[in-house]
Amino acid sequence: MTEYVAILIYLGLALVVAATLLAVNAVLGPPPRPSRDKIMPYESGIPPLMSARRRFHVRYHVIAMIFLVFDLEIAFIYPWAVVYRELGWLGFWEMMVFLGILVIGLLYAWKRGALRWE
Amino acid sequence: MGEWIAFVGLSVAALGSGLAMVLGRQPVHCAVVFLVTLLSLAGLFLLLGAEFIGILQIVIYAGAILVLFLFVIMLLHAHSGEGPRVKLRAQPVLAGLLALGLLLGLGTALLSAASLGRPHPGPPPEGFGTAKAVGTTLFARFLLPFEVTSVLLLLGVIGAVVLGRREAPEKPPRERAAGTARAEAKAHAKGKEKKEVVPR
Repeated sequence: MTEYVAILIYLGLALVVAATLLAVNAVLGPPPRPSRDKIMPYESGIPPLMSARRRFHVRYHVIAMIFLVFDLEIAFIYPWAVVYRELGWLGFWEMMVFLGILVIGLLYAWKRGALRWE
Repeated sequence: MGEWIAFVGLSVAALGSGLAMVLGRQPVHCAVVFLVTLLSLAGLFLLLGAEFIGILQIVIYAGAILVLFLFVIMLLHAHSGEGPRVKLRAQPVLAGLLALGLLLGLGTALLSAASLGRPHPGPPPEGFGTAKAVGTTLFARFLLPFEVTSVLLLLGVIGAVVLGRREAPEKPPRERAAGTARAEAKAHAKGKEKKEVVPR
């Protein structure tokens, strides 16, 4: 349990740094004079085209779902990578079968054009 | 002592953010508050010595599933999920009954465990809950469930593709239904056309 104390210290330091920067800015900086341009959402200097709170295309959902599945796949590869040497060739083929079945899914999504944008 | 403080702090954070999520009115705020719930639960997993599950909780739930929730909120309504409030009259009663059932079940389980006088299980064995321990168990003893998981994930991919593609042939009626989104898209397209004309 003691090894997590380092993470706790790190979290605390991050909070202190963020709070200090904001506090220093508030104390030393000039009083805020908001204008239309100043309060605009910042997107790399490009003026926003429309409200961000609009309905998005359902295509994003397919991409998100596919991402989720392959993210889960990665979760299984972590423990496999740790014990890879002890498992030997059997472990190697176990993972190849697992990945092979998932590659079928990727090929299917590819063939059906789910990865194409337009 | 430190463990106790961490447990109470994480539990309060998990319960508080859970309540805030259920009671919140802005769907996006609810989703972000839910992130606090997930991270507190990850902390509780770490406290229990389930190191690997705790990290997975952050990677999978906070990193992927919550993002999916946000996507769904963005896809559902023109104003980020702020649809009309739907009142379900049976919901509070049903929720109360189910919660009562859960409370009774958990209470009986706890009481019977206490009355049986089982000795405290003690600290987990060395290396418990690490990625290594999970790996050795998963790829030897639970090999079949592991391989079957890939079929489950495959079904997920196919389901997402099929559901996402279905809207392609019946596009006109859907666009009419989403009147505001269509108008916005139109305005957007017009703006683009103008911009493209200027350089020529």
